[in-house]
Amino acid sequence: MDKISLELLKQIADIEKIPQGAYNFRIDGKKAEQHSTSEIQIVSKKDKQGIDIYVAPNTKGKSVHIPVMLTKGGLKDMVYNDFHIGENCDIVIVAGCGIYNCSNATSEHQGIHTFYIGKNSHVKYVEKHLGIGENNSKREFFPITKVYMQQSSTMEMETTQIGGVSNTNRKSFAKLYDNAKLIIKEKIMTDNDDVSKSSFEVQLVGKKSSVDVLSRSVAKGKSKQTFTSNIIGKSECFGHVECDGIILDNGIIVSTPKINAQNIDSTLVHEAAIGKIAQDQITKLETLGLNKEDAEKIIIESFML
Amino acid sequence: MLEVKNISYNVTENGLTKTILSNISFVCPDNQNLVITGHNGSGKSTLLKIIMGILQPTSGQIFYDGKDITNLSITQRAQLGIAYAFQQPVTFKGMTVRRMLEIASGNNDFNYFCSLLSKLGLCARDYVEREMNDKLSGGERKRIEIATVLARDAKCNLFDEPEAGIDIWSFDALVEIFKNNKKTNIIVSHQSKLIEQADKILVLSNGQVDKFGTKEEIFPTLNHSQTCEKLRRENG
Repeated sequence: MDKISLELLKQIADIEKIPQGAYNFRIDGKKAEQHSTSEIQIVSKKDKQGIDIYVAPNTKGKSVHIPVMLTKGGLKDMVYNDFHIGENCDIVIVAGCGIYNCSNATSEHQGIHTFYIGKNSHVKYVEKHLGIGENNSKREFFPITKVYMQQSSTMEMETTQIGGVSNTNRKSFAKLYDNAKLIIKEKIMTDNDDVSKSSFEVQLVGKKSSVDVLSRSVAKGKSKQTFTSNIIGKSECFGHVECDGIILDNGIIVSTPKINAQNIDSTLVHEAAIGKIAQDQITKLETLGLNKEDAEKIIIESFML
Repeated sequence: MLEVKNISYNVTENGLTKTILSNISFVCPDNQNLVITGHNGSGKSTLLKIIMGILQPTSGQIFYDGKDITNLSITQRAQLGIAYAFQQPVTFKGMTVRRMLEIASGNNDFNYFCSLLSKLGLCARDYVEREMNDKLSGGERKRIEIATVLARDAKCNLFDEPEAGIDIWSFDALVEIFKNNKKTNIIVSHQSKLIEQADKILVLSNGQVDKFGTKEEIFPTLNHSQTCEKLRRENG
């Protein structure tokens, strides 16, 4: 891997070398490195770009890394990654994509991820998106994530857009059966003229299924973010959506949290708060000896952690 | 030494000017406890905010160690060694207790954080990774707020009603802190147990100094003072 790929890898996956366990590295639209283990098989798709990841039942304490790096301008990369998680597993999946583009041509990544999570399994999915380049170059992401969760399975999904992404349109869908639990934490930072759209639809089909969506947004410069969620309660279930946003400069955040209770025993809640950094937060940090600029920086860093 | 000299503070609302503080003067020597007490609305918190630089006085001056700090920013005063505990602690989404203590102390020594929090009846292991958000109870937030001030190890600490919202066990711990820390503590309080820790007491009434003197001079008069009804009721 070249220096740019290594830097992107470090930022999106917190690793500086080939990781332990199963992995698939994709660089500039092609498979670069792939490794399966006895418990986690990674198979390249024959009919289109992408991979199938098969996690054997009862696999515990293992990880899969599937980072994507685009290091050249003008690339348009689309992949289909399907995750087949057996029963009684406990695994961590580290995905993410970094685009380095200093050219005038737009670079684009579209990852279509589908998760089939078996009974009683726990999956932690971490995905970071990052763009690096000059302001007049474009770095775009269009991820689609679909999750099907069998009985008593749990998924923690942490998706973060660190910065430098000119345009993103993120679509997520989940269907939860009995006792399944989904926790989503989405954090998006935009600046300059960036545009970000994110939408969630979660269907709580199974009895005692639950979803907790936490969205944190920071919009700086003239950037605009749109967050839409639709939680549908079709049985005895619990759903909670919390959308918090900080706007700076001329940033715009639009939040539309929709809850749709179709069963008498569904309990669905949404909360949303958008505003500038609270003055009393800045004052508190100033009383600790920080200047205003450092105080704002720390408040945003913490908010996005 | 902190000297407050002829401080006045007016606010104008709907074209009407109201005096909140009028011609306040006092001196607090180093390593003494000064308790500011008085009725609700007498201007105690406003005075503390003016000392910290959160509010600017209409007139008057503040000297700290002989230096005129009246026009210094909050940050500059903090850097000179003045710390401030909010009456209503500020909440932060995403900011952990550990991060706040790191910022306050300038280090990341878990044992130090543990010693600070345990002084206030909190176990560091249970709290350092918690967010300083509204999921903490009012009493927990208050105790963490005081810990962030103690973490600074500043020469001069300003506390605005540190007793508000904390349980009696934590309150006793707070009394011990003021009894034993060898710092300049300026404390706005209504609580007789805290007032008893004072070297000096300043009583405010309607934005003016009603009484100022040593604890021995002022404390016995508080029961009979019209300016401290709350204390009078508390002490029967």
